Amino acid sequence: MSSAAAPAASRPWWRVLAGNQNRNLWFWAFVGPFFVGLLIFVYIPILWSLYLSFFDARNTVTPTDFVGLQNYATMLTDPNFLSSLGTFALFAVFIVPVTFVFSLGLALAINRTRWFQAFYRSAFFLPTACSYVVASLVWKMAIFNGLPSGLANTVLSWFGIGNIAWLSITDPPWYWLVLVTLRLWLQVGFYMILFLAGLQRIPPILYEAAAIDGAKPGWQTLRYITLPQLRATSAAVLVLLLINAFQAFDEFYNTLSSFGSYPPYARPPLVYLYFIAFGREQNLGQGSAGAIILAVLVGLVTILQLRFLRERDGARR
Amino acid sequence: MSMGHSSSRRASSQEQAEAARPDAGGTRLNRRAFFAVGGSLAAAGLLAACGGNTGRGDASTTSQPGTAAGGAGTSGAGTSGPAASGAGTGGSKPTLQQWYHQYGEEGTEAAVKRYAASYPNATVEVSWFPGDYESKAASALLTSSPPDVFEGANGPTIDQIQQGLVADLTDLLGDAKSDFNPAMLERMSYDGKVWGIPETIDMQLLVYRKSLLDKAGVKPPTSFEELRAAAKALTQGKQKGLFVGNDGGVGTLVGPSLWSVGEDYVTDGKVGFTPEQAGPALAGLHTLFTSGNLLLGAPTDWSDPSALTNGLCAMQWTGLWNFPQFQKALGDDFGVAAWPAFAAGAGKPSVPIGAYGSCVAAKGANVDAAKAFVKWLWVDNTADQLDFAQSYGFHLPSRESVAAKADKLKSGQAAEALKIFQTDGHAQTPMLWTSKSSTAMSDAATRIIKDGADAKAELAKVVATVEAELKRVTAK
Repeated sequence: MSSAAAPAASRPWWRVLAGNQNRNLWFWAFVGPFFVGLLIFVYIPILWSLYLSFFDARNTVTPTDFVGLQNYATMLTDPNFLSSLGTFALFAVFIVPVTFVFSLGLALAINRTRWFQAFYRSAFFLPTACSYVVASLVWKMAIFNGLPSGLANTVLSWFGIGNIAWLSITDPPWYWLVLVTLRLWLQVGFYMILFLAGLQRIPPILYEAAAIDGAKPGWQTLRYITLPQLRATSAAVLVLLLINAFQAFDEFYNTLSSFGSYPPYARPPLVYLYFIAFGREQNLGQGSAGAIILAVLVGLVTILQLRFLRERDGARR
Repeated sequence: MSMGHSSSRRASSQEQAEAARPDAGGTRLNRRAFFAVGGSLAAAGLLAACGGNTGRGDASTTSQPGTAAGGAGTSGAGTSGPAASGAGTGGSKPTLQQWYHQYGEEGTEAAVKRYAASYPNATVEVSWFPGDYESKAASALLTSSPPDVFEGANGPTIDQIQQGLVADLTDLLGDAKSDFNPAMLERMSYDGKVWGIPETIDMQLLVYRKSLLDKAGVKPPTSFEELRAAAKALTQGKQKGLFVGNDGGVGTLVGPSLWSVGEDYVTDGKVGFTPEQAGPALAGLHTLFTSGNLLLGAPTDWSDPSALTNGLCAMQWTGLWNFPQFQKALGDDFGVAAWPAFAAGAGKPSVPIGAYGSCVAAKGANVDAAKAFVKWLWVDNTADQLDFAQSYGFHLPSRESVAAKADKLKSGQAAEALKIFQTDGHAQTPMLWTSKSSTAMSDAATRIIKDGADAKAELAKVVATVEAELKRVTAK
């Protein structure tokens, strides 16, 4: 070590900056491009929208008309924005537990399969590679179109059930069936892989020990060994699912919007903000205020959720 | 474990020693420096490419320094001088960006590119946008390099005009001003100035299969009640009576409903409708929606001819632009009608008419050249206007002298449609009808038509929003 310290004193400044073994230089060579990208496409826009949220920024990104917290007040009292938060909550209540159960179930089933495991794993994972837009169009135009020739209506007609205009009618709200099945199809495979990885990290010794202790295979081992061992994976999956639900945009926009307008139902916050900020209205001030409110909400819920999971974890021990 | 650890430490101290040797360190630094610099250059290049990818062509031909350098250049760099005079003096021609939304009819894209290519005084690059074109154009206008020329549905928005994002085009009209369709010119005017040149006029209307109406013994409807009865009589098997869009008419029938009771969106700068009058008209659409006689969930929407030509419905609310396809698929077996008055004596039959307006971005680098191009194409170039209006989809030329020459619109159903246009045409929405008002109305219409919400209460909320919006835009 001393041999390295001695020449450091006589190094030129750029050598000092480059760091021991040029470590700093290498750090920036690898991290720099991504950091610059992150700065320009993520951090600066976030800060900019914070700035915009305090201005009357209509049709401009360099506003001059400072309005303080008025945009926040407008958004927080806007019944449409509040109802879009309600829409999100409803969607999350559906999609989070359902995806969780489905992907865990699939993972458990595949983990027990002795034959063709790689095939089933790939087959269930494949939809993750499909784009939301493409899937939305398939769901809207092929599976759930309102004609008797649509796939869903054809199947129903075998049972003598009449034609349903899935995406047009609101009573009953069949559009939720379309949206939920679409998202399930797209994302179950991904979370299944996470659970599979978690399952494969559980030491087989535990199951052997449980068998010796007389635990019955099936529900008892699942309840007392598999699920507790999956707690870290489950926590990650829940947080990811909730954030994904918050960010719902693509499939909603692509199945329900027409000619640049969107119905007032099943309108998640991001879709509503998109129309305020980027539609013909171009109200970037109110749009930014809404986005900041949403970001704070996502952050809060995530922290609360993690804390809740950790507390339960602590209580168990 | 400990072996591996100590050996790695040995290697690292050896490297340190090597690095301390001036010559070895020097070559290594050079190699590393090369990669480091190369890497950051590549990153910078990538970013510059992202920032500069505004759809503009090569900056060297456009006499506007700075726009390609990561979007950092300002728009003031190459103002009017070289652009306006460039053509005559033999200097390099300016390059203009022209944006269109996607027209569905075959051949339209090639046609507008052909017009642009034949313009002598600038290189015009045409961009063609499917999907949510309006949002894209509105966002692009805020940047320092907006499209020089773009089209807006019924011209620019009031907010774009008030923010100074679009150029005043009044002086392009010249003597031709009186030749333009007055309703459309009025729609694109604000504060006594014209902000968009109407390209060609589009018209929505009711199209029906004559043979199917005859077979069912139904006459073209003249009141809402007759329309509802006709839809019922024409619903047979897999064929529905009427198609007004997959949303049940939310997107298309608000205007016709208001006009059908003798009201309007905005009248003399004030809210033009009342919950008492307009409520029942919109509530009527709810009864249609739940009647089972309306085609819903079709794979294509009302603006496409397929539902009628494929026999999914007997009557369809659609547009004049589809007439060539109707003629091809149905021959003479189709007729046209306006949206009927709500009841006899209550209002009038109506059809919405609108036009895409050709606009010039005020922040563009070549405003004068862009204005000259718009004048050449949409004011002076009557041959191309005629071609655009009747060779692909059917539209009406904005200039009345050109419309008089549109032979294909003089016979058959197109001629009948023109008669309806003359007597029952209404500008789709007025200039003062802002995006916020429009969202409020379409939300309310959805709740009334689909959910069966109380029409009067919903419209009362819309009135409040529209009043606030009118106050906001007229205060400036």
